[in-house]
Amino acid sequence: MSLKAKAAIVGIGELKPSKEPGESTALELMAAASAQALADAELDKSDIDGFLVGMPFSDPGILYPSAAAEALGLRPRMLNQVDIGGAAGAGMVWRAAAAIDAGMCRAVLCVAADLNRLGDQRPPMISTAREFEWPYGNIGANCGYAMIAQRHMYEYGTKPEQMAKVAVDQRKNALKNPLAIFNDKPLTVEEVLASRMIVDPLHLYEIVSPVSGGAAFVVSGPELARRARHPAIWLLGAGESCSHATITYARSLTESAVKQSATAAFAMAGLKPQDMNLVCPYDCYTITVLITLEDAGFCKKGHGGPFVMERDLSYAGDLPCNTHGGQLSFGQPGLAGGMSHVTEAARQLMGRGGERQVKNARFAFVNGNGGIMSEQTSLIFERRT
Amino acid sequence: MNGYLKPLPKPSKVSAPFWAAARRHQLILQRCERCGTFIYYPRSRCPHCFDDRLGWQQVSGRGVVYSFTVVRRAMSRAFGDAPYVLAIVELEEGPRLTTNIVAAPEAVSVGMKVTAHFDDVTPECTLVKFKPAEE
Ligand SMILES: [Zn+2]
Repeated sequence: MSLKAKAAIVGIGELKPSKEPGESTALELMAAASAQALADAELDKSDIDGFLVGMPFSDPGILYPSAAAEALGLRPRMLNQVDIGGAAGAGMVWRAAAAIDAGMCRAVLCVAADLNRLGDQRPPMISTAREFEWPYGNIGANCGYAMIAQRHMYEYGTKPEQMAKVAVDQRKNALKNPLAIFNDKPLTVEEVLASRMIVDPLHLYEIVSPVSGGAAFVVSGPELARRARHPAIWLLGAGESCSHATITYARSLTESAVKQSATAAFAMAGLKPQDMNLVCPYDCYTITVLITLEDAGFCKKGHGGPFVMERDLSYAGDLPCNTHGGQLSFGQPGLAGGMSHVTEAARQLMGRGGERQVKNARFAFVNGNGGIMSEQTSLIFERRT
Repeated sequence: MNGYLKPLPKPSKVSAPFWAAARRHQLILQRCERCGTFIYYPRSRCPHCFDDRLGWQQVSGRGVVYSFTVVRRAMSRAFGDAPYVLAIVELEEGPRLTTNIVAAPEAVSVGMKVTAHFDDVTPECTLVKFKPAEE
């Protein structure tokens, strides 16, 4: 059993992120992104019979998928909320492919959106976090990633300038992305290291900015993929793994479950990291990219720092990485932030990268990461000509 | 009210002995009677072998800083007294726990030896923090 080439991304939609909370609700942004994705695929809303959605932090609630499907006017035969944090976007892709391959539906709309503000209700937190983390101030994602980075520096001698290089190269990509929030001026390693220290050793410019925005894509089987306007981007491999929720209780701070998820994805695709023309690793922080590249096998364990120094991660470089600017320069519209890695991989493989188009892009690696390096979803895509 | 505004643990039936011991300035951990593993945070079943025969054992309180960060800007207003040192301490007995190091940020490093420091934050609640070990 395999999901290799059973389904493809046939349309994408992405809203321009904004630092402003805006007047729209998250559901309205989902509708806007979905309309874009449907138009992009030249599909009608009635073609959609599967629905996967990410819950917005600005408007959380139980039974979210039916509420969102109702607001969008969908009557899906398969619906679910994908609740694996930043891995949700990548996680939607193989869940959609699996449902299509199982004959449960023909075309799945995947969508998420969020606002840069807290809603009337906070998403509830699990009792163990409230009891053993919050009293000590382990609140929010910054703390965990800072401790991961600190340990990586201790174990492997990783340097602040090596982590900063990720933000710098991705900014070069963002300068060619009209949608990115930081696309007006380049960034230097010195500027990253001179930006305010938020949680040692992570500086302000190594941390994603929350924004309002949304993204959507349509996954379909071969029949609809043939009808699509743009080249269908086939899913060749997928893998998922979760090792912990709170980083304190992970076996390792520096070796992530990407090892399992990426190994599974590459095995299903029958490909190696070296075959990839483009990588879109989840980038909530600079350290996330280093660890993902290491654990996915792009370089030796612990060598992520020297590796990114030797490579040019820009769209014109020898390892194009997060060519949309990554979340670090594009912005993080809640769970739609993790969808941006999927939409960018599809956009590039479709040949629609515009000024930042990667030449001869055929294979792409995408990695979604949820929580504190907790949930990992790895995907391999191919443009088949 | 003593004005302590930070979140406080709400012990469950399973975790109550841990917090009661902290109140007495003792660090106790669950230990699986089947596989011998020390367990933190408290559970109803061993996360390794899934056995439910778990006892409590007092431990040394000695450990090392596995990793840490200096939180300079906290996500919660309750921690308006930032900077504070948030850390993962690995105990001699094996488990790691989330805690604070009661020391100046510049005095903390990965691998440094620490010992348990019981902080009576309210009349009812004691948090298990750590301080640099005396040589
Ligand atoms: Zn056991």
